[in-house]
Amino acid sequence: MSPSSKDRLLTTLLQALAAVVGLLVLLIFAFLIRESTPAMTQVGLSRFVADESWHPSADAAHGSFNLLPILAGTLLTSAGAILVAAPLGIFSAVFCQLYAPPSLGWLYRRMIELMAGVPSVVYGLWGLVVLVPWIAALHPPGPSLLAGIMILALMILPTVALLADAALASVPREYLQGAAALGLSRNTTTCQILLPAARSGLVTAVILALVRAIGETMAVLMVCGNVVRMPASLFDPVRTLTSTIALEMGYARDDHRAALFACGLVLLVAVAVLIVFAELFSRRKTHAAA
Amino acid sequence: MSQQLMKFHLLLAVLLLWLVAGCGLSGSGQSDSDAETTRITLTGSSTIAPLANEIGKRFEAQHPHVRVDVQTGGSSRGVADVRRGLASIGMVSRELAERESDLQNFTIARDGVCLIVHESNPIESLTDEQVVAIYSGQADNWQDVGGSDAAITVVNKAEGRSTLELFCSYFKLDSKTIQADVVIGDNEQGIKTVAGNPGSIGYVSIGSAEFNREHGVPIKLLPIAGIAPSQARVADGSFPLARPLNLVTRETPTGVVQQFIEFAQSAEVHDLVEELSFVPLQ
Repeated sequence: MSPSSKDRLLTTLLQALAAVVGLLVLLIFAFLIRESTPAMTQVGLSRFVADESWHPSADAAHGSFNLLPILAGTLLTSAGAILVAAPLGIFSAVFCQLYAPPSLGWLYRRMIELMAGVPSVVYGLWGLVVLVPWIAALHPPGPSLLAGIMILALMILPTVALLADAALASVPREYLQGAAALGLSRNTTTCQILLPAARSGLVTAVILALVRAIGETMAVLMVCGNVVRMPASLFDPVRTLTSTIALEMGYARDDHRAALFACGLVLLVAVAVLIVFAELFSRRKTHAAA
Repeated sequence: MSQQLMKFHLLLAVLLLWLVAGCGLSGSGQSDSDAETTRITLTGSSTIAPLANEIGKRFEAQHPHVRVDVQTGGSSRGVADVRRGLASIGMVSRELAERESDLQNFTIARDGVCLIVHESNPIESLTDEQVVAIYSGQADNWQDVGGSDAAITVVNKAEGRSTLELFCSYFKLDSKTIQADVVIGDNEQGIKTVAGNPGSIGYVSIGSAEFNREHGVPIKLLPIAGIAPSQARVADGSFPLARPLNLVTRETPTGVVQQFIEFAQSAEVHDLVEELSFVPLQ
């Protein structure tokens, strides 16, 4: 086998594998659209926002399908989690890059990686037996939007911290050396040079963490209370799209099942939109550099 | 160059493995259907599924040519699958409805549902009217039903669960009118939720509740209509909030399916029934 023919073979092979992966994503999209079509035709988009409650049934005429409180649940838990996790993650990355001695920074990074590897159900169990009773003592019932936000924040913190760390590490060293040569303080270097230079990477880190928060199921299911109702305060229970699917899928038939697939479709579209945003931000950086 | 070659070989190996794994998966289905293996498929109630699994394992050990395949999806799915012929046996964890009288029904055990509160709650019993008041949101403080001054946290089951159906039909509640503070999936989650919140009330399987109570989980089982919840009361049929665990078939069962159902009803599996905190039939 000559080197050039090997090269061709490898190229073909890689193209085929890439095509398989790309095709998988398209198939998932197509499958979700096909499975949720009955919900779109039988129930109709308007009923997903106008019905009085979420009491789906196998027969569209008898159920009610208001998805808004569930959508709000997903948005509120994810947004809350990112509000908590983003500053913590980004500033811990700054600490790691600028302030920590290299050995401590190394140890710190390994610990964050370990944290990223803890299975979500473990966080959920901890939330259920420790965090929820704490919140219940503070303000009953306990399983609540607040519990969901805190558990999710804990889970996405390593994602933000590691990606932000990588973004800060990719800032050209000359910038920092230049700042040092100008005699700038560490504070000024951080706020005026490091963070603005790494901005696109930091935004990507936050968006990817947000994607993870939106998709998280098990831990959220265990601590959020899962009542379908617009929460009036942090202590009210909420239901997310993912936990709706997990709780009801086993029992759902026909139009109810289709409505759950519609939930899945909404999730996928939300994630797709966020990924497009992340991509736009990282593009902007490349153009600025060029 | 040699490194590149190695990478290339590695890639090939991965691809081959993938293909082999793919073939293996699709192949295993074939090898089962040929030869003399008979497959019994059970679908339905997630309450019965663990029991059916254990019974199936024991049945397989006695009948090497039989495979017992258990899938969950709720009692309604059990009924639907049996009607459509997708499953040989359906698992239904409630009394069959009138419109389901076309099916053959075999009860293998009973399960009771009881109300639980936190151990520290001074309430010793609730009347049916008080339970209805709590679950429909008319009473939201334990003071309203003779307890101490604390907010009531109402723990309810997720829509579609047969425990919820049983609870609603006994107390004549409409699931849409229940004002829940927490919605849970399975019994364990319900027990952990109540154990973690002194003001809460929930309902779970008596078997699970007794098991957890004996192992020191701080919950209290409340009587219903004056009858204390216990396995014995469920077995003799005097406990009101109880349900049968049924196996259903479309036609009168024959062959291995008949053997399996007879086996599941026999005293040979009573230890399995009790192990899963259900109550065997007398």
